[in-house]
This record gives sequence, structure tokens and C-alpha cells, in this order.
Amino acid sequence: MELEPVIGFEVHSELKTKTKVFCGCKNAFGDPPNTNVCPVCLGMPGVLPVLNRRAFELALRTAIALHCEISERTTFDRKNYYYPDLPKNYQISQQYAVLGRRGYLEIEINGQTRRVGINNVHLEEDAGKNVHPETAGARYSLVDLNRAGVPLLEIVSEPDIRSRDEAEAYMHGLRSLLQYCDASDCKMQEGSLRYELNISMRRPGDPLPDYRVEVKNLASMKSVLRALDYEIRRQTRLLEEGRKPARETALWDDAAGETRTMRSKEGAQDYRYFPEPDLVEVHIDRAWMERARAELPELQHQRCKRFVEQLGLPEYDARILTQSRPLADYFEAAVRLHNNPKAISNWIMTELLRVLGEEVEPDDLKVRPSHLARLVGMIDSGAISGKIAKQVFPDMLETGRMPDEIVREKGLVQISDTSALESVVAEVIAENPDVAEDYRAGKDKALGRLVGQAMKKTRGQANPQLLNELLRKTLRGE
Amino acid sequence: MHLNEQTITQLAPLLQARKLSSVELTRSVLERIRALEPRVRAYLSVMETQALHMAEEADRRFKRGENVTPLTGIPVALKDNLCTQGWPTTCASKILQNFVPPYDATVVARLKDAGAVFVGKTNLDEFAMGSSTENSAFQVTANPWDLERVPGGSSGGSAAAVAADECIAALGSDTGGSIRQPAGFCGVVGLKPTYGRVSRYGLVAFASSLDQIGPFGKTVADCALVMNCIAGRDPADSTSASVAVPDYASALRADVKGLRIGVPKEYFVEGLSREVETAVRGAVARLAELGAEAVEISLPHTPYAVATYYLCAPAEASSNLARYDGVHYGYRAADQDNIIDMYTRTRHDGFGTEVKRRIMLGTYALSAGYYDAYYLKALKVRTLIKRDFEQAFELCDVIATPTSPTPAFRAGEKTGDPIQMYLSDIFTISANLAGIPAISLPCGFAQNGGHPLPIGLQLIAPVFREDTLFRVAHTYEQATDFHKKKPTL
Repeated sequence: MELEPVIGFEVHSELKTKTKVFCGCKNAFGDPPNTNVCPVCLGMPGVLPVLNRRAFELALRTAIALHCEISERTTFDRKNYYYPDLPKNYQISQQYAVLGRRGYLEIEINGQTRRVGINNVHLEEDAGKNVHPETAGARYSLVDLNRAGVPLLEIVSEPDIRSRDEAEAYMHGLRSLLQYCDASDCKMQEGSLRYELNISMRRPGDPLPDYRVEVKNLASMKSVLRALDYEIRRQTRLLEEGRKPARETALWDDAAGETRTMRSKEGAQDYRYFPEPDLVEVHIDRAWMERARAELPELQHQRCKRFVEQLGLPEYDARILTQSRPLADYFEAAVRLHNNPKAISNWIMTELLRVLGEEVEPDDLKVRPSHLARLVGMIDSGAISGKIAKQVFPDMLETGRMPDEIVREKGLVQISDTSALESVVAEVIAENPDVAEDYRAGKDKALGRLVGQAMKKTRGQANPQLLNELLRKTLRGE
Repeated sequence: MHLNEQTITQLAPLLQARKLSSVELTRSVLERIRALEPRVRAYLSVMETQALHMAEEADRRFKRGENVTPLTGIPVALKDNLCTQGWPTTCASKILQNFVPPYDATVVARLKDAGAVFVGKTNLDEFAMGSSTENSAFQVTANPWDLERVPGGSSGGSAAAVAADECIAALGSDTGGSIRQPAGFCGVVGLKPTYGRVSRYGLVAFASSLDQIGPFGKTVADCALVMNCIAGRDPADSTSASVAVPDYASALRADVKGLRIGVPKEYFVEGLSREVETAVRGAVARLAELGAEAVEISLPHTPYAVATYYLCAPAEASSNLARYDGVHYGYRAADQDNIIDMYTRTRHDGFGTEVKRRIMLGTYALSAGYYDAYYLKALKVRTLIKRDFEQAFELCDVIATPTSPTPAFRAGEKTGDPIQMYLSDIFTISANLAGIPAISLPCGFAQNGGHPLPIGLQLIAPVFREDTLFRVAHTYEQATDFHKKKPTL
């Protein structure tokens, strides 16, 4: 039986604002517990929420970038459930007149563009964090409410994803879009981007299955993909045995590499959504909408096009460099300092992409765009060879020092002085008379061997062009 | 006349001319409190030391002639669901018995800025849920006119304190009649402003889309002066209106010529006491003599108001009161086995019967499968009730009705029958559902042995027409003596 997965995502992204969504507290990660709190985000009696306009605008911008239909009048609703990290025991969210509906995200799969439907995009508040003591038998838990009230954008996809690769492309694409919109830091390790998965299996062409498994507790893209693989295997096996997987919500156990049932359909919560009476509707009139569209930042495809047209990059380079906004920003910053886009692109693609990944962002690198620009500049001016540059680079990566400093310290400055190289050339020819003879007999390749020997003698510091030229002249007896 | 018996209108000029000090005035109020509280029990806490400090500060303002307002130096009582920084705010609930807010409600801050003197926090039905103040977890307040009877509710403490001259004016909150009904029962003036006219920030929420803070006073003019201080846009309350606040004192013209007074036929029905009907019809006749025109109007959806209210208000309450769970502040039951146990026992012990009843009603109305049939239907009826008033106000400028079907009832009379208790708000609920302003003022007395009982006249106006209410109420008050009568205590 040939089965295909039916996959959808619920993505929560913390918005990059100075303050929380309904009060003036700082929106920051990593501060001491319960320091960024006030009566409003603590849910004390009698306090009232006031919508953070910046958070709303970032949400609107993202919804527009996802091609959503925008509600002219959008309202907030209360989602009621009890949990100690939710001080009011309801979350202010959107249910009945959400900000954006019926959008899509384009993803690229095997050179083909596919659209993943976006069911809706809405704004809500984050909850705090329960901290459970590690001591065995402890009879208490602690609550940190720094995160309570941080603006959260929820992006709910349609179940349009049909493979692991598409799921991966969707996650990358959405992350990139959020970054291009300047809406979120998208740091999974800090929880500013969180994925929830829903998955079922069907025969291609069948209608949507009448069950689905929702998977939570996915801390990284890698976990998402592992959970996906696991569920595809598990559900396929069940269906092949003639059994139907249960409709349930499951938690991913990363250490065990498996999902565990959290609650079944019967245990489904009734959130008793109803309109939030403490907030008024937000009316997005035509002028606001036009302004929001006009202020939409350059998105990935636009930037990619610009890199090709204005900077003369090959399409392949442009596409890779624009996959994430921080990387594209990094590249552009370097190009602004030294105008050799292709060389800088080569360095990023060969040297930097190796170290970048989910855990390491361009911003985390010690090699700053100015360092890279300087390095390429030194090559272009002939101060060092590409080979020396490659020797210097690991040091730059590790220490964040300027290339000049490393080159000077290690005595790696390129020998571009003709008189210094003439003696090396003479030496090499004298030591390799056969090779020299081959060259004179018309074997051009022989020159390379002589260059290699000369490089060895200068420990790679000879200016290769100058060396070539000198060797050729000397051998021809000019 | 004792100092504590006087009105803001009488006292403010004396204070400003420094013929009287706020400390003297405050002392007279505190003495009255000391003398009467054993019998009236209007206050949950008396802020004796703080009141005298505030009075001294007010006297310094008079001395310097700086920041003097009509409320400077005036002893005021606050319903105990208004947050007061550093002073307990209990909502008459065990669950908040030891809660001390680290912030002031906006109205409290505004009164402070105006130089008012806080004398204490008044009793109420727990979380403002009730019509007799008998649902307080701590004490039952007596009606100053007949100590065997209830002061009304939920702002019974504030109404009784004003009626018994245990303060000069007071603040209450009104979700379905909680200012007007006790004002009527206690023979004082009480105003529920337009929804959005007064900031709700710091008012412990019962039903957010209906709650509104308003003044109690011994006269219409005093209510107008308090409104001048507390009304207006507050950035901390998104539902507060950006509508300019007129000077309500200048609305106090004794003139109703040409105004049309609507009398809704649906309000004069079975269950309305004959004495109340006579008094209210008499008031309308008096206004007609003064130059107004009485017109019969219809508010056809009136019979659905109570049912609509008891879906909307509990639904919001069930969510608003979810935060009292023992986790972050307030009462927490001891010896819990786990978090669910902690929630359950905290809320079981911490809330009284009526609060639990409404939480259950509201939870039910919002539940999957019932939401459309109950909550959503109620919202639709609410719109119809609002439309009733909009149409009525095409025919009249103000509507006159009884405040409640009967005068104050006996303590314990209705505690066993929630429906009977709910029906005592039958005439006040519609104004909350429609979001429009309404005032109650004395319009007569019912016979009750040696203890006559006040009867309240309710006047209702279109949104933001508090000025019309003040004008009509003031005109009526000037032409009558009901407000001058005091209970014998």
C-alpha cells in the first residue's frame, strides 16, 4: 500500500518588540526570573490590557507577506484554560475575527515552486514558564512570568505538505519570511520560534483522513524532522496492519526518539473562546493597509533578484545567500565595504556556510562582514594570495581578529617584490632542469610544477601572478 | 446640622474659605463611623490614620491655595472592589481577604489628585455579585432607614455610608444596577455613567462589558462634582471613550422646559409595588408640572433583559474570576496534593455560593455546544435591547422608570431564592446591557411602621448624556424635599 503523509504546521513566533503586547514591560530573553513584570502581565485584579501597536503592525506585515486576506475589523478573544504559567487563566488570542486568513507560502522543491496554504495568522500573548526543581521529591514548582505577555504570532498552515522535504522547505521558508519581515529573531533555542506539527497518512488522491496526530514539544527543526519520520513510520505500520491511528495530541521525546500520547480526542480541551471585552476592535482602514504594504520590507525573492541584477551574482549564489535574511545582510554589509560581490559570495559559500546552521547564526560569528571584506580586499590588492587567505581564515573564525593582524603576526605577507622572487626562480630552474626543458619544448603544464616548487620555497607567500610571469620570462630567456 | 451631614456643595466653599478644616470635617465623619458602624456595618475597613493624613494634606493645599478642587478635603468612601495602593482590596471575598494591590485604580488616583480624603472601603456583595450586600463574605450591611432591611447591592456599603452620613460621597460600581438599586433603597443619589465614560482600570472586574464605576451623593449636584473628577479617557483602559467631558456642574440647571420624558409601558407591570408605582408616576407628573412633556414609549425587549444579563454577565465573570487560583496572590488552600487539588480547594473554600453559581452559569453558557444557543443568542438580544433604547430616544430625551420594583426588602428574605433576588434588578439591568447612563434619586417613601422606606426614581439617557440626567434630576430635586429627609439612627 502506497501512503503519503498529510502534514500541517502551527508555528508560534515571538515578535521582536521592545515591550510586551498588552503592557509596557520589557520583551527580553534571559533576564532574571520575574523582573520584567507588572500588575498587567501578572494578571492582578482589576488591571486591563492595552494593545501594543508595534506588535500589531509586525503581525499585520507578516500576514500581508503571507498573502493573507486581512480582516478590516479584527478583534481579540479569550482562550480559557488553567495553567500556573498563565496568570489570568485565559490567554488573549484571536479566534472569531483573526487578523489574516487564506494566505500561502511558496516553497521550492526540486526546482519547482509549490504553494502551502496558510489557514490563518493571528496575534496573541505568550505564557510564562513553569520551572520544576531538579531535586527529587521537591513539593513545589516555580513560575517565571518574564515571558508572559510577550507578543506571539501564530501561523496555522493548511494540511498541504506531502513529504519530509516539503516540511523542511516550509520551515526554512517561514523562518526566512519572518526574518525578512523583521518580525522575529527566530531563535529556536530561545523559544522565539516554535513548531507544532499535525500529521496523518492517506493513499494519494484519497480525501483528508478523519484523524490526525498533533505533535508538540519540538525544540528544533531537527526534532521536527525526526518526529515526522517517526510518525510516518508508526502510522504507516498501523495502517498496514489494518488499524487506524488514534486522533490525539502527542509529545515528542527527543531523547527516546519517539512520540508519547498527551491527550486523546476525548480529553480535548474546551477553551470556551469568547470576545475579549477589555479590548476594542482594531479597524484597519484603507490608508493603514496602503501604508503597511508600502512599508513591507524587501522580501527574499526581491532581494535575490536584486543580487543578480545589481551585484551580478549568479542566480545560484543569490538564492543561497538570500535564504536567510541575516546571511543576506551579512553579505551585503561586506560588499558595501569592499565591492567584489562574487569573491565575497565565494568566501561565504565555501567557508562560512560550513559553520553556520540552526545553532549558529551569522550574528554569532566572530568574523564580521568587515573582517571578510578586508580579507577579500587584501587578496584583490595582491597583499596576500588566496592560499594565504585560506590559512588565515580559521584564525579569524576563532579569534575574530582582523586578517591584517594575523598576516603580520605570522609573517604571511605575500612576496610581491620582483628582486626577492628572482633568486627563487633561478634556484628552482637550476634544481629542475628536466622540467624547465619540458616547458621550453612546449609543454605548458610543466610551468605549474615549477610554480609549485617556488611556492614551497616561499612557504606559499609568493605572489602567484608575479611568480608565473617571472618564471615564464626567465625560461624564455627574456 | 453636623458637618458630616452636609454636601460637597455646602462644604467646598467653607473649606476653600478656610472657615472649616478638612481635618475637622474628617474627624466628624470618623466619629460618626465609630458611633454607627456597630449597627450599620457599611465599611469593611476604615482608613482612620490615612484619612487624617490626607485631610492634613488637603488643609495644606487650602493654605497654599494650590491644587484646590471642589473635592479637596472631602471625606469619600470607596467600594472595596476599587484597588487602593497599599491598602487591602478584598471584594468582600475570602479569596482576596489579604490582597493589597500595588497600584491605584484610575478613579482612586484621580480622587487623590483632586485632594479627596479616603475614609474607608465599603462592603459589597462578593465580587459585586448580588442585590442586597448579603453575599459579602465578611458582614451584612444594614439599611440605615430600617436596620432589619438590606441596603441593596452590590454597592450596599457605599449607599448605606452616604445615607447614614458616614461619608460625604462615595464610589460604587454598577454592572446590573449595583449603584442605582442601593441608592434607591437607601434614599441617596447614584449614577451609573455611560459605558466607557469612567475608566475601569483598577476596578476588580465582574463583567467587563457591563461594569462601570459611578458616584453616590446626597444630592444630584454632588454626583455631578464627583463625575467632573472621575470621568474621561484613560489610556490604561482601551474601552474608555475619547469623548470630551462637559462640565457637569454647569448642567445643573433647574429647567426641564420642552424636555420629553419617556415612560416605558413595559416597566409598569405585575410585581411592581403599588407605592413605588404611585411615587414614580407622581415624579413624572411633577416633572410635567415643571415644564417637561410626558410621553408613553415602548421598550419591547424588556422582558428578556434579566435572562440576557444572566448569560452575558456570568460568562464574562467565569473568565474574569479564573485568575483567583491560589497560584500568584490571594488565598491558597493549605495541604494540597497537586496543582488541580490546589485549584479546586482554593476556589471551593475561597468563593461564596453566589459567586460559584455564576461561575458555573457562565462556564456552561460558553461551553462547546452551548455557546451559540446561550452566549451568542444573548449577545443578539443585547443588540435588540440597545436598539429599543435608540428608537425610544427618538421620541424622548430621557426615560423615567422605577429603580426597583419594591423598596428595600428584609435581610434574609430573598437569600434562599436567587431568581427573586435577580428580579430586584429587573429595571436597572437594561441600561448596562445598552451601555447608557442612568441615575437613581429619591422620589418618595413607602410606609413601613415607624421606618419609612425610600423609593428610587430612575432616569435613563442616551450615551454620553449624563448632562441631561443631571439637569432633569437636579430640577426634580430642587422641586422636592425627599433628599432632605434623613433616617433616624
